[in-house]
Amino acid sequence: MDWAIQVEQLTKSFGHLLALRGIDLRLRRGKFLTIFGPNGAGKTTLIRILSTLLRPTAGRIEILGMDLRDAGEEIRRQIGVLSHQTFLYNNLTPMENLKFYGTLYGLDHLKERIELLLEQVGLEGRRNDPVRTFSRGMQQRLAIARTLLHDPQVVFLDEPYTGLDQHAARMLEGLLGQMRSGQRTILLVTHNLARGLGMGDEVAIQVGGRILYREERGKIDPASFEERYFHCVEEGPAWDS
Amino acid sequence: MGFLIQLRVLLWKDLLSELRGKELISMMAFFGLLVLVIFNFAFEPGSAEAAHLGSGILWVAFTFAGVLGLNRSFLLEKESEGLQGLLLSPVDRGVLYLGKLGGNFLFMLLVEALILPFFALFFNLDLWLLLPQLALVAILSTLGFTAVGTLFAAMSAQAKSRELLLPTLLLPIVVPVIVAAVKSTGQILEGRPLAEVAQWLKLLLAFDLLYLVVSFLIFEYVVEE
Repeated sequence: MDWAIQVEQLTKSFGHLLALRGIDLRLRRGKFLTIFGPNGAGKTTLIRILSTLLRPTAGRIEILGMDLRDAGEEIRRQIGVLSHQTFLYNNLTPMENLKFYGTLYGLDHLKERIELLLEQVGLEGRRNDPVRTFSRGMQQRLAIARTLLHDPQVVFLDEPYTGLDQHAARMLEGLLGQMRSGQRTILLVTHNLARGLGMGDEVAIQVGGRILYREERGKIDPASFEERYFHCVEEGPAWDS
Repeated sequence: MGFLIQLRVLLWKDLLSELRGKELISMMAFFGLLVLVIFNFAFEPGSAEAAHLGSGILWVAFTFAGVLGLNRSFLLEKESEGLQGLLLSPVDRGVLYLGKLGGNFLFMLLVEALILPFFALFFNLDLWLLLPQLALVAILSTLGFTAVGTLFAAMSAQAKSRELLLPTLLLPIVVPVIVAAVKSTGQILEGRPLAEVAQWLKLLLAFDLLYLVVSFLIFEYVVEE
């Protein structure tokens, strides 16, 4: 099988607190999985481990067939992360921010790539304005351009809608839809059922550091899924300590 | 080659951010000058006492301004989680360390260059002919200070009581560098030849190398939670 993400028995503890408790997860290349979970379910911890920001306590992880422990730098070259934090420098312009990240990635034809992405996210007219003058929605659009700058094969989305108004969230949804070009694999984690259910090929529910449910999106009914979600949250495993 | 390009762009980002914001250098220089002004009231300008204590006063101003700057340098990265953006890029953690160190080193040297004329003015000293020797001491001392300071600033930026944590961790560790800086600056101000100061300069060089190598090697573990 052509797996983009393979996780076996992933555990992460912070002192006595078990944030992830033996997660098994596989996602094929080109697929979009949305993981729902309440606050404290370990969703962000999962994303941070998969994106090499955190070391797992135990378990085995492969991204695009590469072992996370051995190929961190190469994996980082192939992944993109979009969260509610933009990772942008407020005193720099969009052009400068993207030039900075593009140079770190060693990209060719950087100027053309930046122009294209700024046009896609609708910021070509603001390319030379400092990011600090941007609204939250505009900053998040620029963060999308930063995420896609190096054309990553796997994209992790961690609550990308946080802090956005309805209009900006709708615009972001359209841009996230455009992300699904080619064989790009996407993993979205969110607690927002209304937003997240509209996207993806599969959905899963993570509670208390475990994935308790997973199903193809086409096979679920939104109303019954909501019921199942709240059932999982209320009846799911309590935090270990 | 890629390493040098990454290092250059990391430095470029810090310099450009500071050029636009002008927060770090102005704050450091203001604080350093304030220290000099306070000491200036304590000692009679041109007195033997002032000349004797001058090097200590100068390095108190540099050190406090430096701590302030180091604290701020990683806070700027934390504001929009730029540090996470850096850690997500395919750049060796050691290169990230050298990039941040380069920025901190240049900012602190610049602040020292701004403070030094005021020191000469307040303490009635003619430093013109001593500038090359003083510059050598400043470069060696600032390198040691910022080498370990950059590491501790990265560490404390993730803590809640970061403003307290950085000086508490840093100052005891950099005591050898500050002592060597004060002693060598004092001897230069007394007009002694560089050969007499050489033992302090060698000590500074040794600590620079030690702090650089150790900080370079452990930076990865400091920034990865």
